[in-house]
Amino acid sequence: MDNTTFIAVASIVTAGLTTGIGCMMPALGEGRSVSSALNSIAQQPDASSTITRTLFVGLAMIESTAIYCFVVSMILIFANPFWNHFIAK
Amino acid sequence: MRLSPDQKIFWQHGFVNLNLTIVTTWVLMLILVLGAKLITRKLKSEITTTRWQSILEMLVIGMKGQIKEVGLDKPGKYIGFIGTMFLFIAVSNLFAIVPWYEAPTSSLSTTAALAICVFIAVPFFGIAESGLMGYLKTYLQPNFIMLPFNIISELSRTLALAVRLFGNIMSGGLIISILLSIAPFFFPIVMSALGMLTGMVQAYIFAILATVYITAATQDNKQIKKNKNLKHG
Repeated sequence: MDNTTFIAVASIVTAGLTTGIGCMMPALGEGRSVSSALNSIAQQPDASSTITRTLFVGLAMIESTAIYCFVVSMILIFANPFWNHFIAK
Repeated sequence: MRLSPDQKIFWQHGFVNLNLTIVTTWVLMLILVLGAKLITRKLKSEITTTRWQSILEMLVIGMKGQIKEVGLDKPGKYIGFIGTMFLFIAVSNLFAIVPWYEAPTSSLSTTAALAICVFIAVPFFGIAESGLMGYLKTYLQPNFIMLPFNIISELSRTLALAVRLFGNIMSGGLIISILLSIAPFFFPIVMSALGMLTGMVQAYIFAILATVYITAATQDNKQIKKNKNLKHG
């Protein structure tokens, strides 16, 4: 295998792995946080507005880790810096 | 495949170029400013008001309430910044129902500009609230060992703000364009409805996070002062 093929294989496999694992783990975390927020809303319906707002902010924080993984895999596929370097050579 | 509307260039001179992102942003700004101007031209304080005035009143009262709930006591001072941020992001994400429209928030340059606005506004409001020394003291908050970590968190949360908004909106557009080639007609509609919901949630979260950061920069000192007053009193 020459350099460009090797880079293509490595970046495609890594992009798949990045999105796969990076979707799995935040999904588990979001599930846990939503379930505990639902529990606390069921126990204290009066505080539901505060809980919902905090839940949304927290979910956005957890979700952003998945988004970082997605952006990294998009960079690997569509805007790979090593790719341009070796093609220019 | 075009990843961002930055790559569609209408006019170029040297390093200055006029791309789709800038044009869309200008059109949105024009719509927002003209709409606000037209609606607030004849405000009434009677029992019956126009329906547009009611919409704007609901928006402003809702935003003021949200800012107050997070912990800023005088929301009128901050609504000009936070509310404009929220309205711009929400409108630019909701216009996705217009065909051939590409949200300017799906380009990293727009979201980076918005995040840098927050990055500058936090010390601005902090200094306006408690003076230069008072603001600088918030960097030494628990004790002086935390100084580098506070500076790093200031930078990393700006990066996170920019990449979060960009990633969410860009992934929505990308999923729709992939689905259009696999399963056209029905599924793209569902996904674009979901994308509009995500866009609204992201606009809300961007505004709330900006509010939280501003609160953290302005509030620490009040609490220190309160503690001092308690000790002296």
